[in-house]
Amino acid sequence: MSLRPTRASYYEELRQRGYSRRDFLKFCATVAAYLGLEASGVSQVAHALETKPRIPVIWLHFQECTCCSESFIRSSHPIVADILLDKLSLDYTETLMAASGHQAEKCMRDTMEKYKGEYVLCIEGSVPTEADGVYCMIGGRTSLDILKEVAAGAKAVIAWGSCASNGCVQSAKPNPTGATPIHKLLGGTTVIKVPGCPPIGEVMAGVLVHIITFGTIPELDGIGRPKAFYSKRVHDTCYRRPFYDAGLFVERFDDENAQKGYCLYKVGCKGPLTYNACGVTKWNNGTSFPIQSGHGCFGCSEEGYWDAGGLYLRAQPFPGFGIESDADKIGTAAAIATGVGIAAHAVMTNIRKSRLIKNLVEEGKEAEKEL
Amino acid sequence: MSTHKLRRVFVWELPVRIYHWVNALAIVVLCITGYLIGKPPAIMFGGEAHERYLFGWIRFIHFVSAYIFLFNFVFRIYWGFVGNKYADWKNFIPTNRKYFREMWEVLRIDILQLKGKEHLSVGHNALAGFTYFMMFLMFLVQIITGFGLYAAMSHSWVAGMFAWAPYLFGGDFALRQIHHITMWLFILFAIIHIYLVFYHDYVEGRGEVSSMSGGWKFIEEEVFVEEPQTEKKPA
Repeated sequence: MSLRPTRASYYEELRQRGYSRRDFLKFCATVAAYLGLEASGVSQVAHALETKPRIPVIWLHFQECTCCSESFIRSSHPIVADILLDKLSLDYTETLMAASGHQAEKCMRDTMEKYKGEYVLCIEGSVPTEADGVYCMIGGRTSLDILKEVAAGAKAVIAWGSCASNGCVQSAKPNPTGATPIHKLLGGTTVIKVPGCPPIGEVMAGVLVHIITFGTIPELDGIGRPKAFYSKRVHDTCYRRPFYDAGLFVERFDDENAQKGYCLYKVGCKGPLTYNACGVTKWNNGTSFPIQSGHGCFGCSEEGYWDAGGLYLRAQPFPGFGIESDADKIGTAAAIATGVGIAAHAVMTNIRKSRLIKNLVEEGKEAEKEL
Repeated sequence: MSTHKLRRVFVWELPVRIYHWVNALAIVVLCITGYLIGKPPAIMFGGEAHERYLFGWIRFIHFVSAYIFLFNFVFRIYWGFVGNKYADWKNFIPTNRKYFREMWEVLRIDILQLKGKEHLSVGHNALAGFTYFMMFLMFLVQIITGFGLYAAMSHSWVAGMFAWAPYLFGGDFALRQIHHITMWLFILFAIIHIYLVFYHDYVEGRGEVSSMSGGWKFIEEEVFVEEPQTEKKPA
C-alpha cells in the first residue's frame, strides 16, 4: 500500500470503486444513525466525505489477537471496509499492507513526516513494559518506543479494543509481560478508548467517521470512551429487561426459564455493569448479540473483566478467600462468628461483673419493697 | 449494699433520636432490598413479564431508602456542629490524649472484662464514638459506591454528583463488589451495636436501651458531686 501523491476525497474513491451515489448516501445515513446524529447530520457526513481528502491512518498492532481488525472489516456496511480501511486509509497496518520489511517501515516513516499532525493513530493491543519491553518488538524496536514516536505527531490517538483500552487478557494477573494500556503510556495525550473484545465494527467505523466529518474527536466520558456508544449499559438496552424488572430469572442454563427467554442476571450476566452498544447495534449485520443467543454478557468492554472473578459468576469471589467464596458467604460466616463472640462475652460479663450486677439487682429489689 | 439516688439527664435531643431511628430503618430496608438485588429469589410464575414489576419495586425501595439515608446523614453531620455536647462532632473524632485513654479504658473494662475501676460515660464512650466515626466513613463508602452505580440510570443531580465514582474505581465491577462487602460491615456493626446497648443497660442500670426513645439517662447523684462531667461544649 503506497502513499498517493494527491489525496482524493472519500467520495471520489468510492465512485472509482463502482459504488453508486445511492450506495454512498445509504452509508452516510447508516453511520450518522450510529453516531446518534439528527437528520441534518446525514448531509454533514456526506459533505465531509465528498470534499475532505482522506485522512492518513497508521494502525499499529502490539499485544493483540487482531480480533479488532476482524471486527472492523466485518462491520455491516461494505463501504466501511472498502473505504475506511482497505482502499485508502491505511498507510501502515501489519495485517493488511502489501509492503513488508524495510519497505513497510519506510511507509510509516514517510506518512509520519509528510502528514505530521494530520494522521490518525489507531492502536490495537497493549504494550509490554516488563524486561525493557522485549515481549513485543517490531523491526527491532520495542512497542513502547514505536508508540511514543508515532503518537507524538498524531492528530488523534484511538485505542481499539480492550487490550489497548484497559489491558484485557494480557494484563490479567499475574501479567508477566507488564502489559499496559495505551493511555497509561501517553501521559497528557487524549486517547479515544473503544473497548470491547472486540469492539463492535460499526462503533469503530462511527468513531472514524466522526473524526473525518467534524475534524474533532467525539465527545468522551470520564475515562475516555465515546459517549455516543458507551454511555448506556448493555442492561439498559437489553430486550430481556422486562424479565429483570419482573423478577423472572434463568436459574441455570437450559432450565425451563432459559427456554422462556427470562433474564440471565442470575447465571452471571454482567450487562448491568457493562457499558457498550451491543443491545442496540448488535453484531454481524445486526443479527444478534450474546444475550440474544442465551448467553449472559461477561463484560468484555469493562476494565479488569478477566480478574473480576468467574466470567459466569455474578457475585465475585471475596478477595483472599478463594474462588468459591463470595461476600455473602464470608459475611454470613463473620456474622456467625460475631454471634459466638457475643454469647461468650455475655457469659463472661455475668461471671466477671457478677458483684456489680448483683448490687444493681438488690438495690432494685430493695426499692421495689419500699414502694 | 448501697442505694443510689438517680438524676434524670437529657442526653439525646429529639433530632438525634429521629436521626437514629430513620437511619436504623433505612439501613434495615437497604440491607434487605440490597441483599435481594444481589441474590434474587427464584420465583415460579406462569404469566407474562409485563404483569408484574417485583424486582423493579425492590430496586425502587432501595433507591428511595438510599436518598433518605443520604440526607439523614447530611443532617446528622450538621447537627454535630449545632447540637448539645453529646451530639458534638468531637465525640467521634479523637482530638486529644484523654480520648485515647478513655478508649483504652473501655476496651479493658467492657470488652476484655479485666478487673478495674468502672468508668462512666454519659453520652457516647470514646470507643463507641470512634466506632461510629468509622461507621460514618463506611456510610460515605456506601453512598459513593451506591450512588456511583445509580448515576448511570438516573437524571437526578444528587446521583450525578457521584458519577465520577466508577472512573475512580475502574468501573462498575469494582463499585458493586465494594458496595456488597460494605453491606456486611453494616450488618456486623448492627449485631454488635444492639448487643452492647443491652450490655450497658444490664451492667450499669442507667437506662441505656430506653435512652434512644425518651432521650434520658439516669445518673447517680454522687456523680454530680464527685466527678462532674467537666467536658463542656466549647463556646
